Amino acid sequence: MSSGSDTDRLIGRLAASAEPVRRLRPPLLRAALWLAAVAAAVSAAILIFADLHVFAVRAANPKLALELTGTLLTGILAVIAAFELSLPDRSRAWALLPLPSLALWIAASGYSCWRHWLVHGPDGWAIGESANCFRFILGVSVPLAASLVVVLRRAAPLAPVPVAAMGGLGVAGIAAFALQFFHPFDVTFMDLGVHAVAVAIVVASVAAFERTAERRRRRPSL
Amino acid sequence: MSDAAATERLWSELMAAAQDGDRAAYERLLRAIVPFVRALVLPQHRAGDRAEEVVQDVLLTIHRVRHTYDPARPIRPWLAAIARRRSIDALRRHGRSAAHEVFDETAYETFADPRANRSLEVSAATEGLSEAIATLSPPQREAIELLKLRELSLAEASSLSGKSVAALKVNVHRAIKALRRRLQGGEE
Repeated sequence: MSSGSDTDRLIGRLAASAEPVRRLRPPLLRAALWLAAVAAAVSAAILIFADLHVFAVRAANPKLALELTGTLLTGILAVIAAFELSLPDRSRAWALLPLPSLALWIAASGYSCWRHWLVHGPDGWAIGESANCFRFILGVSVPLAASLVVVLRRAAPLAPVPVAAMGGLGVAGIAAFALQFFHPFDVTFMDLGVHAVAVAIVVASVAAFERTAERRRRRPSL
Repeated sequence: MSDAAATERLWSELMAAAQDGDRAAYERLLRAIVPFVRALVLPQHRAGDRAEEVVQDVLLTIHRVRHTYDPARPIRPWLAAIARRRSIDALRRHGRSAAHEVFDETAYETFADPRANRSLEVSAATEGLSEAIATLSPPQREAIELLKLRELSLAEASSLSGKSVAALKVNVHRAIKALRRRLQGGEE
């Protein structure tokens, strides 16, 4: 059973074992540094692997600009929100930050679906290219998410699941932005569904990983 | 400057010094904030013992995340957020364990079919477990209480008890073996 004297003893032990600690830098600066590193890696990959001529032709369409803005802003804002939410005293309202750009992303993709409704061809509903998008979003998100989780964990967040979900949304947004440089056609209805499933998988996986890690931390197996 | 503002500033300065490794400042800060933490925790945890456990959990968490405090920001919201979070965690833990405890006034009845009495035997075994825990040596009982009943992590249990992680592991392992032996012996 616990008592005030136990608390006194605990304080004595905590103080006796207190080593100097390195303060975390402001969350906005930490987010900016991580985003700058990712921007360098993604830019290099685009310059080396993407067909920029095809992209330039597609970029004439203002709808693509809207979609790029939506995905990129969602990625950046969700990552900033994750860094803010990882600290104990920051408002939970930070989780709302990426929602307007997420709405823009969904609306721009949805408009594209409306205009390029899936044609039912001789092979049925075409899924071939969508499967590539699915692999692309997951393939880009996994290394980004792993590096983001490592950086976010420095803050030892008290509620890791919302932080992880926001980080997952951020990396999925960045992956969807990069995808546009390797995507020689507008998004179809099937694409939109596949993109949504890929993003949901990334967000759910990162959140589930953090939840499991938190449970393991609270309940040691002996 | 008001008293509250002066206290806020003092706590913030003490935490900044603690982050730089000043142990005396850290101890002073922890002792100063205990009443503030208790005031936040007590309304949610009527049982005094449980409230004190939550206060200790809050202190351990403050220790673990003290590098996240920014001395340029007020310290009370930072402390209050940690206290509320740990308090909610404790309520959830308590809710989970309460969900396994059922008040059944007909539990004293016995039934003609022996299979129907099995749940009563299980309840009796649970009571036996509490008695068996009471017979453990003090280090083993402490390890079981901290790690299994309060569900603290090894690091937290180590900070709270002053025992090393290895010693806690050994004690809890021996305690479980002793309990198993005693409970199985009781059934024979």
